[in-house]
Amino acid sequence: MTDSKYFTTTKKGEIFELKAELNSDKKEKKKEAVKKVIASMTVGKDVSALFPDVVNCMQTDNLELKKLVYLYLMNYAKSQPDMAIMAVNTFVKDCEDPNPLIRALAVRTMGCIRVDKITEYLCEPLRKCLKDEDPYVRKTAAVCVAKLHDINAQLVEDQGFLDTLKDLISDSNPMVVANAVAALSEIAESHPSSNLLDLNPQSINKLLTALNECTEWGQIFILDCLANYTPKDDREAQSICERVTPRLSHANSAVVLSAVKVLMKFMEMLSKDLDYYGTLLKKLAPPLVTLLSAEPELQYVALRNINLIVQKRPEVLKHEMKVFFVKYNDPIYVKLEKLDIMIRLASQANIAQVLAELKEYATEVDVDFVRKAVRAIGRCAIKVEQSAERCVSTLLDLIQTKVNYVVQEAIVVIKDIFRKYPNKYESVIATLCENLDSLDEPEARAAMIWIVGEYAERIDNADELLESFLEGFHDESTQVQLQLLTAIVKLFLKKPTETQELVQQVLSLATQDSDNPDLRDRGYIYWRLLSTDPVAAKEVVLAEKPLISEETDLIEPTLLDELICYIGTLASVYHKPPSAFVEGGRGVVHKSLPPRTASSESTESPETAPAGAPPGEQLDAVPTQGDLLGDLLNLDLGPPVSGPPLAASAVQMGAVDLLGGGLDSLIGAPSFVAPPAAAVPANLGAPMGSGLSDLFDLTSGVGTLSGSYVAPKAVWLPAMKAKGLEISGTFTRQAGTISMDLQLTNKALQVMTDFAIQFNRNSFGLAPAAPLQVHAPLSPTQTVEISLPLSTAGSVMKTEPLNSLQVAVKNNIDVFYFSTLYPLHILFVEDGKMDRQMFLATWKDIPNENEAQFQIRDCPLNAEAVSSRLQSSNIFTVARRNVEGQDMLYQSLKLTNGIWVLAELRIQPGNPSFTVRRPLPPKAPGPLPSCPHACPGWGRPWWGGVGWGIHPGVKKHQDSDLRKLQLSPIKCLR
Amino acid sequence: MSEKHWKSVVSQSVCDYFFEAQEKAADVENVPPVISTPHHYLISIYRDKLFFVSVIQTEVPPLFVIEFLHRVADTFQDYFGECSEAAIKDNVVIVYELLEEMLDNGFPLATESNILKELIKPPTILRSVVNSITGSSNVGDTLPTGQLSNIPWRRAGVKYTNNEAYFDVVEEIDAIIDKSGSTVFAEIQGVIDACIKLSGMPDLSLSFMNPRLLDDVSFHPCIRFKRWESERVLSFIPPDGNFRLISYRVSSQNLVAIPVYVKHSISFKENSSCGRFDITIGPKQNMGKTIEGITVTVHMPKVVLNMNLTPTQGSYTFDPVTKVLTWDVGKITPQKLPSLKGLVNLQSGAPKPEENPSLNIQFKIQQLAISGLKVNRLDMYGEKYKPFKGVKYVTKAGKFQVRT
Repeated sequence: MTDSKYFTTTKKGEIFELKAELNSDKKEKKKEAVKKVIASMTVGKDVSALFPDVVNCMQTDNLELKKLVYLYLMNYAKSQPDMAIMAVNTFVKDCEDPNPLIRALAVRTMGCIRVDKITEYLCEPLRKCLKDEDPYVRKTAAVCVAKLHDINAQLVEDQGFLDTLKDLISDSNPMVVANAVAALSEIAESHPSSNLLDLNPQSINKLLTALNECTEWGQIFILDCLANYTPKDDREAQSICERVTPRLSHANSAVVLSAVKVLMKFMEMLSKDLDYYGTLLKKLAPPLVTLLSAEPELQYVALRNINLIVQKRPEVLKHEMKVFFVKYNDPIYVKLEKLDIMIRLASQANIAQVLAELKEYATEVDVDFVRKAVRAIGRCAIKVEQSAERCVSTLLDLIQTKVNYVVQEAIVVIKDIFRKYPNKYESVIATLCENLDSLDEPEARAAMIWIVGEYAERIDNADELLESFLEGFHDESTQVQLQLLTAIVKLFLKKPTETQELVQQVLSLATQDSDNPDLRDRGYIYWRLLSTDPVAAKEVVLAEKPLISEETDLIEPTLLDELICYIGTLASVYHKPPSAFVEGGRGVVHKSLPPRTASSESTESPETAPAGAPPGEQLDAVPTQGDLLGDLLNLDLGPPVSGPPLAASAVQMGAVDLLGGGLDSLIGAPSFVAPPAAAVPANLGAPMGSGLSDLFDLTSGVGTLSGSYVAPKAVWLPAMKAKGLEISGTFTRQAGTISMDLQLTNKALQVMTDFAIQFNRNSFGLAPAAPLQVHAPLSPTQTVEISLPLSTAGSVMKTEPLNSLQVAVKNNIDVFYFSTLYPLHILFVEDGKMDRQMFLATWKDIPNENEAQFQIRDCPLNAEAVSSRLQSSNIFTVARRNVEGQDMLYQSLKLTNGIWVLAELRIQPGNPSFTVRRPLPPKAPGPLPSCPHACPGWGRPWWGGVGWGIHPGVKKHQDSDLRKLQLSPIKCLR
Repeated sequence: MSEKHWKSVVSQSVCDYFFEAQEKAADVENVPPVISTPHHYLISIYRDKLFFVSVIQTEVPPLFVIEFLHRVADTFQDYFGECSEAAIKDNVVIVYELLEEMLDNGFPLATESNILKELIKPPTILRSVVNSITGSSNVGDTLPTGQLSNIPWRRAGVKYTNNEAYFDVVEEIDAIIDKSGSTVFAEIQGVIDACIKLSGMPDLSLSFMNPRLLDDVSFHPCIRFKRWESERVLSFIPPDGNFRLISYRVSSQNLVAIPVYVKHSISFKENSSCGRFDITIGPKQNMGKTIEGITVTVHMPKVVLNMNLTPTQGSYTFDPVTKVLTWDVGKITPQKLPSLKGLVNLQSGAPKPEENPSLNIQFKIQQLAISGLKVNRLDMYGEKYKPFKGVKYVTKAGKFQVRT
């Protein structure tokens, strides 16, 4: 008497037979027949021809038969819409049935019939069911609204079902609440703009109450919904967290992960000093670890999410390294994920264990896993400096195994280790060279070639080695070809005498016999470089490479923050924002972490984020070109200015960017929040030593009282780089004139004449106002001092860093190039004193996010001295107050291009602290005509005197990422 | 293959992507659980030699889907005694009815076996006989009582003549032991499974001698979390029948006792087609209890053709196709430690295998919870009768691996 018999009747005339049975008078026979029909349906057979006969069986009091017919209807109504109408009456009648089970069943099934004509009839019964006295019916009806919305969204809105659904959030029954939330979330997904789930503290409270009482699935819906809420302050965030934490002990892993999401998100708002923050961190670890003992599928999803969590908050799992150790019978997808997390958690404390494990893995069977394990050893070396030596010796051990793919992976990672720790482990090169012949993968070959080229001077037979690769040049992959070309050029530059022939050969192979434009172009560039100026070629090809940064595969922070909001979802499995893969991009809303707030500042809306936190709205911007542009415009229009309209010219855009990015880079290492100024000059290097601290410097200032501070001359162009011409100099500003004081020394053996100077385009349009006048020819060992007046009327181009200046000096011998950094205070104009009233008005209008603070230590001056010292550099005191024993100075300055910078200087004994604020654009005394881009809207905040600026958080994020990318091009060798 | 659609119908061809992935993965267990296709996502689980695949169109939490699929498999297991192709085929109509009750428009409806059993009665021989005589059906026609109450896991009106409450404390040791015999990683995964047959609405509290051992616990929804937080007592109104009360983890920070040790020497000679194999198992930290049901499984390297071994105890098999060596040891008697030694035949001419096989060990210790967890007492409130109570302890090997 099993159901498998239904599968066996596959003979001809089956449909006909079934038809007869369906119309039989005997109930039992009818039911059997319907069961057979269903069985055929499940295996994909077409039994739609029986539609009328099956529908006829619908009017019955036998619930099982009714359910079976409903099952059939749901499957076939779409293909037989006209026939389906026949069923409507029964549905409507069933919706009035005294048995709630039947009422619910009817409304549930009706919602699944995706036929327009039927949905019209559905509205009335649905309305009744939404207000049914029985909660079971209500909760089923709530889901039905979502179904109906999927079929006909307009109808649902017109009928007012959405409002009814919203009312159900306050229902007394937790299951109804959960289903209403689930339905609303689903509807909201397709209507991102609609404010369906308008959460406020009251509704949140209701949800939290329902959370404790509803089923596990309901808990997931509610938690996911909670995650979209932004608490108004940290107190609210904490109280929600407290009520969510018990969910971490739930047996259902989806509940656990949804709870983790809520906590991870709201934690962002809690201050790290809070005791509760620490408690919460501790509570997060055990449930995450527990997920790893579940079924492998669950483990996989959990691991992908843990990967995000350890990147955001490494402290959560830092003691749990061992649970990520791989078992040999883990499925491969679990193994690879575990490995990834092991590296993320690797630190000096546990590196020995990790390495031992990785070495173990490298002898496993699975090739993919072994490769990744070998790579992981390399990553450990780069991440934990103290372990580098052990990693290298482990890698060497692995190379000794001579297992082909292990050797190749090892060579690839050793190359990265060389780049991270130059001149430390080159002794192993000999071992590597032994394995030259076994390399057959392009990446490994390319890595080996790079090593040979880079250390050509230490490898006696480097030319032979490279030559051996050259034989099959055209069969190599592009990666290897490019690498080979560069390596041979390096070799030539290092050992020019022996390798001339080789370099000729490779250049002609690359330029004449290759169809690959990249290869050809690189070939020509090298060729030309080598033929015109071998010295320059040396500088280019053998230039010092930036060190690679420790982690190259970290998720970019803005994306990471967004993904944290998607913990537990597909996005977290793919590590991509939903907008990147959700079908049709059904208007996916970017989610963002809430800004960290202090309870004292209860701002009216989360958009107006308090100082110190990047505005939430901007955090989620994925840095695409479009967004970037949008952001820039946004920032530009942010403050309430009567400035230029949105449709400003492209020039203006450029100008904004010019200051934005550049200023950021000027800051260099100092972070957004107040580094001690003493650190600034150190970070910026000597030419930038014109920082504010220098302005205060008592001893080394030259013109301390008359005119602005002048830095001592520094050597800009050493003699050995300019065929004997040494140039040193500095910048001054005196009586409104900027000049460049140069000192030219001839250290060559011949006379120098015909001097000329030119500047590259720069950020402030600096240009020589007069030609370089060297009156007599400069004879050997002679030195001449020249003061070159500068104007700011030159053309403007953003430079990196902002205050860099590229200079070309010509003489009878050659043209020489150098670049220098000019101190920004030479750009402070004499009329930089702002009117008091205007200062006040402007000060108020400066938005918080344009403000920054920092401190200058060890400054023994009093207020008067500071004021006069600053004034000599054209930083004017507008007002002075004394508050609680502290002197407050209000300073203003103006740059040559019309940007105002306002500052508040608070002086405590030995500890003055600065507040620097963004200026409003000058209203009345217009912009300087000398600068073509000085239009009112683009004033960006910064404090020139100390060489760093202020900028909204989002900008900083993007820029710092850019910087990181530039520093870590492991992949593009050279 | 059997299919059921909840939202719009998706063509069966979408499964081709799954079969493709399945083919790519050498081993069925290595099929990735989340597969993306151009228009859908396939989330699958592998249970009892069956794949349960769900096709999803919108962004949903994958864990939600995976948990649900496991719940479906659990329900089948519960209803049909096994979760197999044959069982599903034999009960296809019930399967369909169950699926219909479990999910609606992608939202789970009823997944508690208590509730489902009220809606759809599980097949029994007796019932099918009765049904065919009386013409009644196996579908309940009243609303399940627990469905909407605050205790959805328990139905009302439960009646037993013998009232019993039994608890099984089952602990599994997951461990990785390295070559030299030291523990790389060890932890205990414990569960307390309950079999409760009590009439009415009993309210139970279970207390432990040493509740501090339990710091990482997952609870059945019936447990009152607040009571646990404040008093370290498990207080709950139990579901009817068998269920998992808690699962817990005793992590490696605490000392996890390792009850067995293995001495091993597996070596392959260079340039010869044979190797030596020798393992011995002995007891260690077994708290004076007998270790029984020992099985050792070894995945030998691919180049191994055959193995010629002699066990001092038990019997062994070697499958030359899958290269799996299984040694069924039985009990350890400390007087004579069981060992298995002999020769390994390798494919001639093949290079000596690089990897060393790991040993997978299974064992069982009755009447012992290796973590030391002990139930103190069970109290019942809310009902007048005196139930039979009992606790059983057992320790097993979970993923217990010895590297060689």
